[in-house]
Order: sequence, then C-alpha cells, then structure tokens
Amino acid sequence: MSRAAQVWPPVVFGLGALVLWELVVRATGVPEFLLPAPSAIAQQLVAAFGTVVATALVTGGNALIGLVAGFVLGVGLALLAARSRMVSELSTPLVSAAAAVPIVALAPVFTTMFGSTTELPRRLVVTVVVIVPVFVSTARGLAQVAPVHHDLMAALAASPAQVSRFVRLPGAVPYIVTGLRLAAPAAVIAAIVAEYFGGLQNGLGSRITSAAANTAYARAWAFVVASIVLGLLFYLAGLLAERVVARTYGY
Amino acid sequence: MTGTSRTDRAAAVELVGVDKTFPAAGGGAVQALTGVELRLGPGEFVSLIGPSGCGKSTLLRVVADLEQPTAGTVLVGGKSARQARLDQDYGIAFQQAGLLEWRTVAENVELPLHVHGVAKAERRARAADLLALVGLADFAAHRPSQLSGGMQQRVAIARSLATRPKLLLMDEPFGALDEMTRERMQAELLRIVDETAAAVLFVTHSIPEAVVLSDRVVVMSPRPGRITDVVDGRRPRGTAPGGELFDPGDVVDAVDGVRESAAFFEAVTEVRESLRKGSTVSGPLTVDTAAPRTRPTSASEEGS
Repeated sequence: MSRAAQVWPPVVFGLGALVLWELVVRATGVPEFLLPAPSAIAQQLVAAFGTVVATALVTGGNALIGLVAGFVLGVGLALLAARSRMVSELSTPLVSAAAAVPIVALAPVFTTMFGSTTELPRRLVVTVVVIVPVFVSTARGLAQVAPVHHDLMAALAASPAQVSRFVRLPGAVPYIVTGLRLAAPAAVIAAIVAEYFGGLQNGLGSRITSAAANTAYARAWAFVVASIVLGLLFYLAGLLAERVVARTYGY
Repeated sequence: MTGTSRTDRAAAVELVGVDKTFPAAGGGAVQALTGVELRLGPGEFVSLIGPSGCGKSTLLRVVADLEQPTAGTVLVGGKSARQARLDQDYGIAFQQAGLLEWRTVAENVELPLHVHGVAKAERRARAADLLALVGLADFAAHRPSQLSGGMQQRVAIARSLATRPKLLLMDEPFGALDEMTRERMQAELLRIVDETAAAVLFVTHSIPEAVVLSDRVVVMSPRPGRITDVVDGRRPRGTAPGGELFDPGDVVDAVDGVRESAAFFEAVTEVRESLRKGSTVSGPLTVDTAAPRTRPTSASEEGS
C-alpha cells in the first residue's frame, strides 16, 4: 500500500466527522455547554491563538523537562540494577509497584510539598510517570545479551564495564527508545492532569478548568484541541526516534 | 605482539590429561572430557570430529579459557589458557557469526582492537586489510543485517584475525551454511590460514570438511567425551606451513582436486569407520562413571 493510500482514509474520515459534528450541532441546537460546534471552537482558537500557544509551551515545557529527567533516571536506575544485584532487588519491585499506582494522584501532595507557585510539582509528577516505562524496557534490553556475544566478549578478555559499553548498552537502545515512545504521550497527559490540582494558572490544564468554570465552553475546547496537538507531537517525536534507531539496527 | 622466539617455538596448543566434569541436573555429574591429550604444532590445522555430546565444543572452549578444566594442563603458545586469553593470543569464531548489529561490518572487524584501545586510524587500516582478505572490501560500511549468512561468517572470521593471532579456534563456523557456500568458505579459510600462518583448532560435524581442511583429524566419542583416534587429513599440499602460497583461484582448484582424489575418499572412510567404532565401544547409554575409562590414543605421538 502506498503512503498516500495509508494517509488519506483517516484524514477523510476525520474531516467527515467534523462536518457531521457541525451539522448535528446546528440542526439539533445542542446547548453549548454540552457540545460547542467545531466552527465556534475554531473561532476561539484563532481569537486566543497567542494565549493558546503560550500555555501550550508552558505545559509542553513541563512535559519535556519531566520526560528528560524521568528518562535519565529510568535509564540510570536500570543500568545500576543491571550492574548490582542489590540495586536490582531494591528497585525492581518498587518500580513495578509504581506502575500500578495512579501517579497523578500524587499531584496535590507534591503541590503542597513544593509550593503552588513553582512548576516543580508538575515536573515531578511527569518524572515519576516517565521513570516506570523507561526503567522496565531498559532493564529488559540490558538483560538481553546473546550467549554468543557473551562468549565473544569473554574471549576478548573484556571487563564488565566494556561488556556494558560494547554490547549491553548498544544492544538495549531499541528497548530504551521503545520505553521513550511509550513514555512521551504519557508525559503530556501527566503534565496536563497535574495542573487540574491547583498551583500556577499558566498551563493548558488550568486554562481548560478555568474556561469551563467560566462557562466559556468553546474556549475550553480550544485548549483541549491544543492539548491533543501537544500529545500528538510528543507521540510522533517518540515514534520518529524509534524509527531512526530501527533503521540503524537493521530491522 | 607475541614475537618472542620462545612462544614461536612452543606448541600452539598443548593439552595434558584434561578432564572436564559438569554438574548434572539431579545431583549427578556429566563427564564431558576424560584424559584428553592433544598437541597442535605451530601452523597446524587440526579438526575435532565426533557425534553430539562427545565434548568437542567443550574441548575448544577449554582451550579458549571459556571453560575451566576439572583436571589437567592446558597450554596455549606455551602460556596458561587464561594468560593466552588475556594476551589475545587466539582468535575465535563460533557457529553463529555473532556480529553486533549496531556496528558496521568494518566496526565489527575492529571490535577486538577497539576493546583493547588500539587507535582509530590503525583499527580502520587493519579492518580494511582484513575485509580485503575475506573478499568483503566493498561492504565495510554495510550493516550485518544486509549481508548473507556466508558473508556474515566471513566477517566473523576477519574479526577473529584482527589481533594477528597465531591460533584460530573455530566452533563449527560453517555449520549453518548451505553446502555450496560451505565448500567455497573451506577453500577461503585455507587460503587465509596460509596467509596468516595460524594454527587452527576446528570443530566440525562434517567428515569431508574435516578431511579436506586438516593436517590431522581428531576423532572423539561420547560418554565420557574422549579422543578415540587420530587420522591424517588431506589438507592440500602447498597450503601446509612453510609451503608455497596459492593464489585464491589456485586454492579453490587445489581443494577441488583433493575432494575428487582417491586419497580423500580413503581418509573419509577411515574417519567414518573410526567414528563408528567409537560409538560402539562407548558402553551403556547412561551417564555414569562406570563407562569404560580406557586411556585414549595420545594424539601428540601420532602427528609429529
């Protein structure tokens, strides 16, 4: 199937759905608080474009910083766990348990702990959300050393550090990038949801709640659209990283 | 690297009374090797042949210091196996090419030098020479996944030669290749071994392969793993140590000539009969120490 043939059906479907939405809203007169028309949302988006971009940058910035911090910590922790049995036994159950905990529930706690006038609590929530998938997939990648590579490095009299550098870490890169791909959209979700629990009023999540509270429903939806775009951007960036690595690794 | 005259004159490999026992599931022990005596002269090509479980791979791994013998002495180039491994005195190739797929073909060949901190320019030059030697000069920048199985195995052989070892250890390196590729690789290997003057310890399942490549074919038998016979191989004349170098085409012709000669078939028959004999005297099909523990034929006396 050609690329165009893959791209067009969902695009046409999406446009058709928007048109239908607009028609249904106009024909039936659905109240605005229930569902504003796409045209009304678009109007708000244009009118408040500067604000939308500024708030998206704040939330996107929090998501990115949290993503980077969580990525570094997740990979670092997995590396330590691969090297040290003790770290592995301490951290693996903790991280597994963290996977089961709804981490955004920590947001109000962090806000109280670190103050409601900084971005720090939100970035922390994102960081904790990101660590889990990155740690799990990195640890899995680091554990996958083919027996023949083991023998080869032993025959080459390589030190454990050299085995990590030449085999373990590069061999884990596809797994690490998959963890990043999974974590990237989750980082945006965490950054937005964390804003729902108070603190600074400068991001997408706070703007959505305040617009909705002020009965500016179309405006709230305009910020929702921006959130969707932001999430898609992070998702696509992760996908691109994965593709690039897959090409280098020959599969 | 190890150019002292002492190591040059020492046997490439010397095994005296080597035993290897693995603990078995359920508390028993598997006698993988018993009383192995084997000596490889410098530049000598020796194949290990025998049925699965006869310990031929274990023997190779003991020489490579990837396994520790339970008893006996292992000397590689006059040093302990461990010292030889630390000094990178041997090159090794496995049944799987075992290339690192994130490295280019040239970077894979460079790996042993990279691990040991050789400067980049020198590594590059050495990899280029080795890739030319195995006929893959045009593929230096390719990824392993872009190469066929035979080509990957040639890269692995080039890699095993990176540190200019005087000993090559090869564990069924052509086992996964189709017959045509395999025969071409055998000729190629003989030419490479000629050019590098390396001794080779070569594990194989294939009788014709062992006969055509080797100066001596060491026949092994299982339960317990031991050497039962040593047969003279039919390595083409002129590829023996000190012999005249062949052109690549000549090696192929010489190997083909051997494959069609009466002497080749005689040796194949001799190895086959020896293998059959080995499997009938190996005693009961259970793993126990009551199996016959006759002193195996000493390989060192036969060849020299």
